[in-house]
Amino acid sequence: MTRRPVACAVLLLTTIGTGCKHPSTSSSGLKPTATGSAIVVSSGDKQAAPTGSVLANPLVVQVNDDQGNSVTGALVEFHGPAGVLFDPAAVLTDSSGQATTAVRLGTIGGLYEVSATTPGKSHPVTLQIAETALGYQQQLGSILQDKYCSRCHDPESSAAQVSNYDNLAVKPHAFTDGNTYNKMSNADMLSIIQHGGPALNRSALMPPYGNTLSPTDVQAVIAYIRVMADPPYRPAGTVYGQK
Amino acid sequence: MKSVKQLISSAWRALFGDTMRAFGIVSVILMLTLAIAPAKDHFSQWHGYQNGYLAMIRERGDAISLRRRFEPGIQQIWHPEIGVVDRCETCHEGLKEASLADVTTQPFRKHPVIPHPLDRYGCTICHRGQGAATTVEEAHYSKLAGVDPILPARYIESGCGQCHQNALTGTPQLNLGRQYLAQYGCVNCHMVKMPDGTVMKATDDPPSLEHIADKTTREWIFTWLKNPQAYAASATMPNYKLSDADASDLSAYLISSSKPLAGDVDTTIIPAAKNADPSAGASLYGESFCATCHAVQNAAGNLVGGDVGPELTRVGNKVKPAWLQAWIENPHSYDAHTLMPHYRFTPQQVATLTGFLMSKSDSDYSTDVHLGTATAAQIAHGRKLVAELGCAACHTINGVKKPDNFAPDLSQIGSKPLAQLIFLPGMKQTLPTYIASKIKDPSAFGPGMKMPLLPLTDAQRESVTTALLALSERSQTMPEKLRIPGVHQTTYEPAGRAGKLMADLACFSCHRINGHGSDLAPDLSLEGSAVQAQWLDSFLKNPNTLRPALTRRMPRFNLSDADRKTLTDYIMVAYQSPNIDPDKAPPAVNPPALVEQGRQLFYSKYACQSCHTANTNTDKGYIGPVLAQVGTRLQPAWIYAWLKNPQALRPGTIEPNQNISDEDARAMTAFLMTLKSPGKQEGKQ
Ligand code: HEC
Repeated sequence: MTRRPVACAVLLLTTIGTGCKHPSTSSSGLKPTATGSAIVVSSGDKQAAPTGSVLANPLVVQVNDDQGNSVTGALVEFHGPAGVLFDPAAVLTDSSGQATTAVRLGTIGGLYEVSATTPGKSHPVTLQIAETALGYQQQLGSILQDKYCSRCHDPESSAAQVSNYDNLAVKPHAFTDGNTYNKMSNADMLSIIQHGGPALNRSALMPPYGNTLSPTDVQAVIAYIRVMADPPYRPAGTVYGQK
Repeated sequence: MKSVKQLISSAWRALFGDTMRAFGIVSVILMLTLAIAPAKDHFSQWHGYQNGYLAMIRERGDAISLRRRFEPGIQQIWHPEIGVVDRCETCHEGLKEASLADVTTQPFRKHPVIPHPLDRYGCTICHRGQGAATTVEEAHYSKLAGVDPILPARYIESGCGQCHQNALTGTPQLNLGRQYLAQYGCVNCHMVKMPDGTVMKATDDPPSLEHIADKTTREWIFTWLKNPQAYAASATMPNYKLSDADASDLSAYLISSSKPLAGDVDTTIIPAAKNADPSAGASLYGESFCATCHAVQNAAGNLVGGDVGPELTRVGNKVKPAWLQAWIENPHSYDAHTLMPHYRFTPQQVATLTGFLMSKSDSDYSTDVHLGTATAAQIAHGRKLVAELGCAACHTINGVKKPDNFAPDLSQIGSKPLAQLIFLPGMKQTLPTYIASKIKDPSAFGPGMKMPLLPLTDAQRESVTTALLALSERSQTMPEKLRIPGVHQTTYEPAGRAGKLMADLACFSCHRINGHGSDLAPDLSLEGSAVQAQWLDSFLKNPNTLRPALTRRMPRFNLSDADRKTLTDYIMVAYQSPNIDPDKAPPAVNPPALVEQGRQLFYSKYACQSCHTANTNTDKGYIGPVLAQVGTRLQPAWIYAWLKNPQALRPGTIEPNQNISDEDARAMTAFLMTLKSPGKQEGKQ
């Protein structure tokens, strides 16, 4: 009997990516004037956006030398799984050592690992960056949690929304907290969201939403929590297939 | 010649020389002919995919059940009443298999979760493409005239918009696109008749230019026309890329056609404006919550404030002080339909605000143009331009009629045949590309193109394209029962003296009542059942905030006692919920035991303090309104009904319905009615 791992979407998306890692861009005619030895994220990683759309903020990476000083004029190439588009896909770092690109996500929902590569002194240096594409259900969940849940579950305040997190005697977890949520089964999630904290012997500060959100809505929020989990959520059961 | 004849006759003899032989040969030919169809199937592309699918599922844990559900041959979803003949599932075999969610090789992946069963509406209704085709090329990328290729995923929400004329939670891009069509004034020039029969109306509220000379100068108009976004980054007025001469002539016509307002405004500046304390201006601007509607660019270059009214970053460069003063005094005398309320400022306040706003000017913003006096020829040419460019499609302009159907009707733009489109060289020849490119750079499509360049970002353009693609032929021919109509403004207007007051205060610019108005502030349709009259009167006098987390707030109008009474009486009587019977209301005063029971329930069973503050010393909940004085604000019947089902009273409210029993609801109502002490948060502004 052969056992063959059937990797979950995350892994496969990455694998497809490997297939596409041909330097389609060195033909871009860019002439690097310097090389760096390290590449780091400045901003724009860990964003979530609907499938097929452009991330709200550009992806910005920085090339540094051995001393950690930024390098100007180094070539950076961006690569991603099938369907991911970068504009531009290759760019020289600017005066502050930064390379900026707009990322259009692929059409399959899930976690995308994209990469930024710079030639480096002796060998290429590559940085992996995670972005998330939201399918219909996950996007619906994203909108619903933003309306109903995030003020308690997200400790960060935004200009539009002041967080209520600090006011709670028992602290909820941010929906990106994979270490907490990956351990919860879908049934437990459904139960606490529909019936409130006491359903799982937890605090009543977590209100019940079963009479406010439809089962479809609650499923959508769960789908959103699953796709946002960091570390990524790997559902039990589909990991191994057998012949 | 002879040898050919011999060859044929010898071949004939060899094949059909005797009966047995002839019979055998004919049988073979017959069988080959019969085999053509199965062979075609066998070597067809879709057969290859079905084999690929079978090979893939063989490796999986649930191979047996997947195999059992596999259906060989051409698969078809057929719904003639909505024009669906979709054979996509012939290759996309795994669309309905939940366990194939992790598959990333197409065409075998499970379809992502959507609100409709796949069999009900088929595929092409959302994805477009050719449903009846059975090859990859024809199904997805057909270039035949009048035939839809597959829609890029980024526009997929346009599919929803064909039936759903209302705003769905799950289709933000479509909703925004529709909003932009109205907000950027597209529908001032283009007719957009929605499939539900309503005509889309613009919400950009372009100002009338009948009295423009009262308000600003020819020089400002010139500079504005050259580049509206240089004056205000948020301006929705398109940039027409006018030459200096054209901009100058247009400004000449607008000034010369402007008529001074009848019963002209008092042009003497109130002296206090000159030496008004600048910080007094800023605090009055803040207290009056001008920022709820108007934005100003801050030092970091970000816009802070609402987008109901125009951006005020450089208003001092634009308006004449006398006009501004008159406007602040009472905007309705300049524009009877403006969304801006008549604040009833004292003359001193008017002067302070005028001075404050006039100081909002930018020395870098060039109004340093000198246009001299306009000649008759300039004015005449300006008038011609006004007509050509269609200015009057948006603005009321003296001497020029609003043009009818100035731009093409877009009601079915989403199905426009490719043959009717003119593509630019090198452009992908699809409808979405055409629409997006046309919005992005209309002038690229020819120098005579009248369509102006709208100040839209890439994401906004994608939304607008989505909304336009939803306006398909299919959306018009959809069976009536599938059509979800949009929610439209009603024409509700309150009557009488209160109605007049409410129009003057522009209540509907923020509040919705009986389907008319906006959603910036709470819907007031049931307000008379909710609040106590005395509280309402004092709130109108001095609106302190109920929700500390909100930045938008109710401004204070200097209302007279009589006006307040008029409004309070009207609201208390006219805006009642038919479902709340005041005669069956729980009592306002209750035995202490019941109050205590309610208090327990409030804090433990229902943990209301997670969102609300009932006791300002101990509670910190910051999401819902502060309840420290709720006993003086709300009626017990309302509290009770609200606890039982908040969404029934205010659809969409985020307060969860906790399925509270009658008994618990009564006890908590009793407790809440005892909360009457002004907490520390309530006192401070
Ligand atoms: C009023 C604040 C509040 C709101 C609003 C809220 N929650 Fe919670 N939630 C909590 C608190 C507090 C906990 C922790 C309870 C405990 O650990 O005892 C919690 C816990 C949870 C948990 C268990 C995991 C964890 O973080 O400990 C889930 C799942 C959850 N909430 C989902 C939701 C969803 C989905 C929504 C929106 C529909 C939502 N919550 C809205 C306060 C809130």
